[in-house]
Amino acid sequence: MTPTGSAIAIAGAVRRGERSAREVVDEHLAAVEAREDEIHAFNLVLADEARAAADEIDRRVAAGEDPGPLAGVPIALKDNLCTRGVPTTCSSKILEGWRPPYDATVVQRVAAAGAIAVGKTNLDEFAMGSSTENSAFGPTRNPHDTSRVPGGSSGGSAAAVAAGFAPLALGSDTGGSIRQPAALCGVVGVKPTYGAVSRYGLIAFASSLDQIGPFAHDVADAALLLEVIGGHDAMDSTSIPQPAPSLSAVLDDGVDGLRVGVVRELLEGVDADVAASVQRAAEALAAAGAKVEEVSVPATIYGLSAYYLIAPAECSSNLARYDGVRYGLRVDADDITEMYTATRAAGFGPEVKRRIMLGTYALSAGYYDAYYGKAQRVRTLIINDFAAAYERFDALLSPTSPTTAFAFGAKADNPLAMYLSDVCTIPSNLAGHPAMTVPFGAGDDGLPIGVQVMADALGEPVMFRVAKALEEAVK
Amino acid sequence: MPARISADDVRHVAKLARLAVTDDEVELFAGQLAAVLEHAQDVEALDTGGVAPTAHPLPLENVLRDDVARPGLDRDEVLAMAPAAEDGRFRVPRILGEAP
Amino acid sequence: MSELVHADEWETVVGLEVHCELKTESKLFCGCRNAFGDEPNTNVCPVCLGLPGSLPVLNRHVVELAMRVGRALHCRVERSIFHRKNYFYPDMPKDYQISQYDEPIDVEGHLELPDGYRVGIVRAHIEEDTGKTAHIGGSGGRIHGADHSLVDYNRAGVPLLEIVSEPDIRTADQAKAYVSELRAILVATGASDGKMEEGSLRVDANVSVRPSHRATFGTRCEIKNLNSLRSLARAIEYEARRQIELLEAGESIVQETRHWNESEGRTSSMRSKEEAFDYRYFPEPDLVPVAPDEAWQATVAASLPVLPAERRARLADAAGVAPAEVALLVELDLDQLVLDSVALGADPRVSINRAQNEVAADIGNAGRLTPSSFAALVAMETAGKITATQAKQVLAAMLGGEGDDPAAIVAARGFEAMDESTLAASVDEVIAANPDQWQRFVGGDQKVTGFFVGQVMKRTQGKADGKAVTRLLQERARR
Repeated sequence: MTPTGSAIAIAGAVRRGERSAREVVDEHLAAVEAREDEIHAFNLVLADEARAAADEIDRRVAAGEDPGPLAGVPIALKDNLCTRGVPTTCSSKILEGWRPPYDATVVQRVAAAGAIAVGKTNLDEFAMGSSTENSAFGPTRNPHDTSRVPGGSSGGSAAAVAAGFAPLALGSDTGGSIRQPAALCGVVGVKPTYGAVSRYGLIAFASSLDQIGPFAHDVADAALLLEVIGGHDAMDSTSIPQPAPSLSAVLDDGVDGLRVGVVRELLEGVDADVAASVQRAAEALAAAGAKVEEVSVPATIYGLSAYYLIAPAECSSNLARYDGVRYGLRVDADDITEMYTATRAAGFGPEVKRRIMLGTYALSAGYYDAYYGKAQRVRTLIINDFAAAYERFDALLSPTSPTTAFAFGAKADNPLAMYLSDVCTIPSNLAGHPAMTVPFGAGDDGLPIGVQVMADALGEPVMFRVAKALEEAVK
Repeated sequence: MPARISADDVRHVAKLARLAVTDDEVELFAGQLAAVLEHAQDVEALDTGGVAPTAHPLPLENVLRDDVARPGLDRDEVLAMAPAAEDGRFRVPRILGEAP
Repeated sequence: MSELVHADEWETVVGLEVHCELKTESKLFCGCRNAFGDEPNTNVCPVCLGLPGSLPVLNRHVVELAMRVGRALHCRVERSIFHRKNYFYPDMPKDYQISQYDEPIDVEGHLELPDGYRVGIVRAHIEEDTGKTAHIGGSGGRIHGADHSLVDYNRAGVPLLEIVSEPDIRTADQAKAYVSELRAILVATGASDGKMEEGSLRVDANVSVRPSHRATFGTRCEIKNLNSLRSLARAIEYEARRQIELLEAGESIVQETRHWNESEGRTSSMRSKEEAFDYRYFPEPDLVPVAPDEAWQATVAASLPVLPAERRARLADAAGVAPAEVALLVELDLDQLVLDSVALGADPRVSINRAQNEVAADIGNAGRLTPSSFAALVAMETAGKITATQAKQVLAAMLGGEGDDPAAIVAARGFEAMDESTLAASVDEVIAANPDQWQRFVGGDQKVTGFFVGQVMKRTQGKADGKAVTRLLQERARR
């Protein structure tokens, strides 16, 4: 039995005392119980903790208190978000068993809003991957077809929402790690503007690209969750010093008169059924009153190359700290250098090692200018080209993923083929712009297709309006 | 830019990154890294003269906190995370050289 | 191209890198206490332990102190950014150090030594300190031969300002003078407590030698572990000698980092055979640039105290002496006392001498002196009302808490200088009692002068003025 009800509906009912949070949580835990063995969305299910938290929400409602806008709503947390006293693994053996002594800012914020964490979701190790096959604890399966991947790296969060384990989930998106799995699992996924959501407590992959964002069944729930987690945080120097944008209030403003550009370069090389969905989405927006045109954002074609120099470079530095000294795995050895190399060889999986190697190479003496330095200049070109497009358009449209969900092992031996899964999502990360995916139709294989809506920095309100219009069109 | 990456390159990088690698891994990584870098050649070919690098997508400056001391973590909690601890400190195997 | 040259034709060239722990309440990037000597691992949090997911936030006061020091060193304060310096070492929680690299906050200044010599400042930049490692199981806590090591992260993330000089220093003494003066500036600006013994100031020296007529520099070695001015001077002298000996033997210098061993009095190579460092610097993505605007810079400039060089000049001017002669007073923070005393009419020389000898000897109690009490004491001495010996005793009593009225102390001790006739009578008595010595004195043997002065002192219970006794003896010998 799949639980029903949007997060907004659940929170409303719980706050009004029409449903108990305990009943909501039990219903979702039952769904987990029924299908988790098959899906493996979670590294850890927090059943007892969730029930206790639900009872506390119910007590507060009974006492006449308002437990917050997400009262009693189950939420799944990607297992790279630090949770105090609760194992946080990044799906890596190197952190197995580690219990952070603090909560990530977003974890604090969802709890303060009354949401109830039901588990830590599986991911590609340290968020490096596009299929969740790189998890040290085994892959997650796509709830729509368990022979297919859920996408990645936030595959566990996408699958948890798609399978009805929780109406909401949090993920992180460095090159598409929220949007691509959301598209492949048929749910809404949002990568906010860089700096719109605090990264404090998000275990870093590539710091200048990482951003936390929501998964939800629908656009309105995603908007509400982003309102809860967004806004300035003094613990993150890269946090934008502004309150979270008001999104729920503008969702129904429609797209009449908005200018929407379909990015030509991002339609190249995508599957025909995916391209067709984007075409239909463009038509739907035009039908709703938007002015839709094709637009060229030329430098986006260099996004993938720039990304696969910048992200590994930052990751090689961010992952240096996993050295067996202070926490996590240690493989004992006679001297410290041997201990380092043995620990890291045993603790990291092949994709993480590959990216550490690539990034170390790209930063090493003699190559910095040619690789990392060059990639940062390309980043500027992409930002400039987007800026030109946003002079003419309020939002941009593209596919989210070039394909629908693919079979396990299909790209496992070819890193480059796997990296191409992110070709449409990467440009927004490089630019720091918001982007989100909305389910829009199905592929020839019957699996979900997502359409990506992009906007200029802090353009979440207009982005959500377009997304909402697409959602309406599908209904 | 070298399109090929030698086994020695891979071993050197592995040493910098403190990763023990097997001979098989050296060969595998040499091929895979070369493939990614070859793909990056489109970037290499691009003329970026006069283009400033973007280290950061945000135009923020001067993000500062006040100089106020706050209590830190409990030491027992901190050392409980450690693979090895002794005498209130983190224990590590012998170190071969001074810090650089 | 080996060139055999005699040693006294060599010139030593030294550039110094001084790491100053900034005096703040909290660490550079987190709210943990910046304190020396606490129990290990008690001032740590997710940020300074480098726990996964933690992020740095820059301490405003660190930026202000860096700006103050920059102004004091006549640097330009510029827009700066942080980089990551990547290398593995167990005292560094993230296995990278956050440090300003090619865009530091302070650039291109100079420091003037008390003797007027100018040492150029290349830059001063902000970076984080490492933890502390103790080596267990070897001999004397040394890294070599140790069985294992223990790490304390209390110091990890403590703010450092690294001040890099031009290679303008030529002697070990000049290096000491530079560090002393820099230390005085750091203390005056509130940037540091100046405690070298606690590691608040740590010095690395880049040392090279060259034939003294040559314009180009020789190959340099960086000497680490210089924990005192004495180590600094010894290490520079040792290293210069080592390099000269190598060059005179026709060998060449290898550019490397060397470790100063204080007990052995020598430097040794720090290279470990397998290590090649490649720091892979790149801009720190977790921090944003620091770009102090005009208004902030002006506020900081206005908050600067009067700096040591100006204090020396001011006092030297008032006292009519060379600035170098009052360097110690400024260092001891006694210059204002002397300046005020001189303004009240006290003799500059005597004021300086009493301050840098007697007051310095009990510096902890210097606060008990007021300019007027100090000036009154000096005036009594110069007027001959009390002797120099008595003046020293009265000053010690004032510092010891016996009140700030020197006249009262003089009276209480019966220190009024003896009148001439009483003193003359005592002198005559001593001469009469020691005829043999007197004959020697009259015969021109100056060595017995001390004997007679001592005898007169004894007879007068120390109230006699030594100079007056000598004068009376000479008058009598001439008769």
